Amino acid sequence: MRVPLTNRKESTVSARNQENLRRRSFLKFAGFATASTAIVLSGCKEVLDQLPYPVDVDPDDYVLKTVRLGKGDTGVLNYAYTLEQLEAEFYIQVVASSSFASMFNYYEQRSLREIRDHEVVHRDFLKAALGEKAIGQLKFDFKAVNFEDKQSILQTAKTFEDLGIAAYNGAGKRLASADLLTIAGKIVSVEARHASIIRSLVDTDPTSFAGDDIIDMNGLDLAYEPAKVLEAANPFILNKIDASEL
Amino acid sequence: MNIFDLLNTIDPQKITLDEQMASGRRAMFRQLGDWGKKMALGAIPLAATVTPRKAMAAHEDNADVLNFALLLEYLENEFYMMGLDTIVPKGTNDEKVFMQISKHEKQHVEFLQAAIKSIGGTPIDKPEFDFTAGGAFMPFSDYDQFKVLSQAFEDTGVRAYKGQAANLIDNDTLLTAALQIHSIEARHAAKIRMMRDEFGWIYFNHRGRGMPYATQPVYSGENMQTQAGVNLKTITTVDEGGFTGAFDEPLTKEEVTAIASLFLKK
Repeated sequence: MRVPLTNRKESTVSARNQENLRRRSFLKFAGFATASTAIVLSGCKEVLDQLPYPVDVDPDDYVLKTVRLGKGDTGVLNYAYTLEQLEAEFYIQVVASSSFASMFNYYEQRSLREIRDHEVVHRDFLKAALGEKAIGQLKFDFKAVNFEDKQSILQTAKTFEDLGIAAYNGAGKRLASADLLTIAGKIVSVEARHASIIRSLVDTDPTSFAGDDIIDMNGLDLAYEPAKVLEAANPFILNKIDASEL
Repeated sequence: MNIFDLLNTIDPQKITLDEQMASGRRAMFRQLGDWGKKMALGAIPLAATVTPRKAMAAHEDNADVLNFALLLEYLENEFYMMGLDTIVPKGTNDEKVFMQISKHEKQHVEFLQAAIKSIGGTPIDKPEFDFTAGGAFMPFSDYDQFKVLSQAFEDTGVRAYKGQAANLIDNDTLLTAALQIHSIEARHAAKIRMMRDEFGWIYFNHRGRGMPYATQPVYSGENMQTQAGVNLKTITTVDEGGFTGAFDEPLTKEEVTAIASLFLKK
């Protein structure tokens, strides 16, 4: 079991989950020793602040399942779906930040909104394409990100976009279907467009959009194996991802 | 909608098409031998090839695919070298950007030449280019036009590599390298678009502000409503500008050749 999160910002608690928490019997939480005192002594809001687990995780799901990506092309698509869920959730929170309009200028705001839209489309498309073979909704942990800080947001975005490119480029050879390979190509170039824009927004070096820090001597972009990608993504994903069948 | 079911579904129309092609191919093979075989298979539209790779009869010759890519890289490489010698403002951030892009295109030329030789092929010679396209553009005396053509070439490069990826599916090394070049082209394209005060991606099939009508073939077909049989309108709340921007579309070799031919010296 993962170390529970603390100090979650209330702004990240969806209205639905707040309602769920209020509706459920407090007794359900009594097993959590650190919370139980607070429940007795305080009102609901303090309970939300002090619960020893991320409040935006449904208590019933607190013991998060290991998620098996599967094998073959299903596994590769679920692997992509994992990363697109991560990116979509990240940008949704970025755009929802109370400081969004004050941190970013017009070009930045529109770019980030549209990147969010693209990632949501990628997520929704992969879910639909996978149908019943799709993994479930994953749980994420963005406590390393300060959504009130421009640099923190853009540096995280840069990490995710470069990682997405590396993942798709590295996974192409694992796809058996030529059609799915083309579909993956349709998505990865949009990720590369995102990476180029994000890098231009966050870095002062004008060559950063395709910088020497990532592009090799043959002018080739990143390409990582799934294990390396998931290791980098792991701190942001609460579920354990089992990619062993890929 | 499940893509695997979709791919497994026996589509009568597709079968007919495949059978027609198969019989047509057999006839051609008898008449034309290996050369005809290669050409006939190369002419099959990508959309018709839903067969998993292990079962695919053949692909376009890998060296031909790489030579096609090499032609585009020759074009881009010479374009940026000439631009840096003439119109790109010296000592500016723009110059640093175009030097970085130019460096990559030169690396791609050398990489592809070496890759073609490594599989026993012969790299094509660099053709002579005419970047005015017969007098239609003045990229080396008008900086805006230089950036217009730069964007058109990069956005074309993205679509061209994407269209060829499936032809390299049997060679993991070449496929991965092609994908690694493909995403670089997309990084370049987005950067130039940003320098032209555009957003980094393509809305619908719009060529965007300041792009002349002659560049429209670079953007036609970018406004796809469905992907892998999934109607995007029905599965996401994101609007059409968003879901067309979320996917870049491939171009066929013929479509790319038609664009590149405009810039070959007549």
